[in-house]
Amino acid sequence: MATVSLKKLTKSYGPVAVVHGIDLEVADREFIALVGPSGCGKSTTLRMIAGLEAISDGIIEIGGRMVNDLPPRSRNISMVFQSYALYPHMTVRENLGFSLKIAGAAKEEMDRRVAEASGILGLDQLLDRRPSQLSGGQRQRVAMGRAIVRDPDVFLFDEPLSNLDAKLRTQMRTEIKKLHAKVRSTVIYVTHDQVEAMTLADRIVIMRDGFIEQVGTPDEVFRRPQTRFVAGFIGSPPMNLHEAVVDDGQLLFASGERLPLPSQFKANVGTGDKVVFGLRPDDIYPTGHGISSGEDVDVHQVELPVTVTEPLGNETLVFAEFNGSDWVSRMLNPKPLKAGDRVKMSLDLSQAHLFSAETGKTLRG
Amino acid sequence: MDQNSLHRVGNKALGIVHGIGLFLAMLVICLPGIWIVLSSLRPTVEIMAKPPVWIPRDLSLDAYIAMFSGVGQGGIPVLDYFRNSLIVSVTSTVIAIVIGMAGGYAFARYRFRAKSAMFLGLMLTRTVPGIALSLPLFFVFARLGIIDTHFGLILVYVALNVPFTVWLIDGFFRQVPKDLAEAAQIDGCTRWQAFWQVEFPLAGPGIASAGIFAFLTSWNEFALASQLTRSINSKTLPVGLLDYTAEFTIDWRGMCALAVVMIIPALTLTFIVQKHLVGGLTSGAVKG
Repeated sequence: MATVSLKKLTKSYGPVAVVHGIDLEVADREFIALVGPSGCGKSTTLRMIAGLEAISDGIIEIGGRMVNDLPPRSRNISMVFQSYALYPHMTVRENLGFSLKIAGAAKEEMDRRVAEASGILGLDQLLDRRPSQLSGGQRQRVAMGRAIVRDPDVFLFDEPLSNLDAKLRTQMRTEIKKLHAKVRSTVIYVTHDQVEAMTLADRIVIMRDGFIEQVGTPDEVFRRPQTRFVAGFIGSPPMNLHEAVVDDGQLLFASGERLPLPSQFKANVGTGDKVVFGLRPDDIYPTGHGISSGEDVDVHQVELPVTVTEPLGNETLVFAEFNGSDWVSRMLNPKPLKAGDRVKMSLDLSQAHLFSAETGKTLRG
Repeated sequence: MDQNSLHRVGNKALGIVHGIGLFLAMLVICLPGIWIVLSSLRPTVEIMAKPPVWIPRDLSLDAYIAMFSGVGQGGIPVLDYFRNSLIVSVTSTVIAIVIGMAGGYAFARYRFRAKSAMFLGLMLTRTVPGIALSLPLFFVFARLGIIDTHFGLILVYVALNVPFTVWLIDGFFRQVPKDLAEAAQIDGCTRWQAFWQVEFPLAGPGIASAGIFAFLTSWNEFALASQLTRSINSKTLPVGLLDYTAEFTIDWRGMCALAVVMIIPALTLTFIVQKHLVGGLTSGAVKG
């Protein structure tokens, strides 16, 4: 068990920098998810922590010890690869015990720890098979087992679920969560899937173009996105984001339509400011069919034409036209609607977000 | 006839045509070999007969007995040739494989300057016909005083085989996912251990096949060996075949017998190694 700390961590390939001096403190036993679109530098960061990629500048500390120039084997970490990277010429048992064999552990010790790990992951029946004889989910479990057996200070996961089908992915996600509850070690988990990040992590690190956009608990990054990028990245379906100009206490959209300026931002903006207005699908709904309103809500009613509906059973996504484009809204307890219907929509402006159109930073005080 | 039975008959006919085609192909491949074995057992009259005598009437092991019965009684120093062939082939193969592994691994795993130019350069050496090299090589070797030595031949065969083994082994290392070596390093291996514990066993079948190729090339090579060898000090089996040619006659039967003696070890080795050439060993390493 250990803390991990990244200080001004930089990676460049020649003149091209892919990670721009990021800082991150990971607490002992914390589950951290690095999330972001492809090419944002999250996997490179993980590989630098693992020691598979040399760092260009900065410091990596694991458990308070600087590991900048240590080879992977001296960092006491283990890693689960996206491709699983099981040794095809070895049985599951040999795969699990490989690190102990290299370390020169005694046979009894090896058997005990392999049995322990295979018990946790339900691999007992598969120990004598080879990776080629396993299904995707089983391979994934063996890869995790191999990581557990090492009893590392830090677990590193590099998009471990992205090769599985949707159903198995959900299942393995739960298993990883259970596993963390059992093993209680520091985890750094890379994914491009924000749902995985939200469900698993204690804290989420959202990266973009080699910079950290925001670090926070799932709740923080969802409710209080610091930048327009985070707002658009976290949440599914994504937040409705539209540019507007502040005009006399109102938001003026390009189409000429207006909305009242949410009161929580009044102090921070003035007439003429260019902003990006954001509202989650949950906070815009056909009147009477949304999340039940609390005390301090600031609901604005507006009638909009429906363009498309996507029924999901317990809820329906309603696309309604405003400011010349479709806004997604989430209708709970759905009523039948069809394209062309004009529906009275409730916009809960107390939940709205406002970002500077120039910097993309939040305008929340 | 309805369509189903029509297709059934069609499939059957196709099967028969396949069978005949395969038989003919096998015949073309095997007939020379069979003919060599037969010729080594038949008297010269029968070998040279026109029209050819297809079914042998008179089989004997005389040629083999003569071959081993020493100089002066129709024999040739076959054991010396065999020893030379073995030393030269095995040594040059081992060296070519070691260099091929190092080179192939480097080409497969590392990025460095002028990589593709170097790779192409290696391949280009193969475009020069070996026989074109024989005269320049002869002069150089003569100056160096390594004509008629094992060392000289080994040098030539290593040079001949290295581009090929590098190319072949590069391909096999490429098939071993990079993740595996990285996983091994995280599991506590040094770079060196990761290679021997994980990458080498997985590329093993490929390396073995490169080894067979290199061995067979050296074992069967004639053009250069005939120029660079002189005596029983270094003459290899293919060159030894020439012992059966005299000024006016060629002892076809003896030559065929020696050819059989040459083929047997090569065949045995190939047979032993091919059992280990199990393809698809890397399947299951990674998703896909």
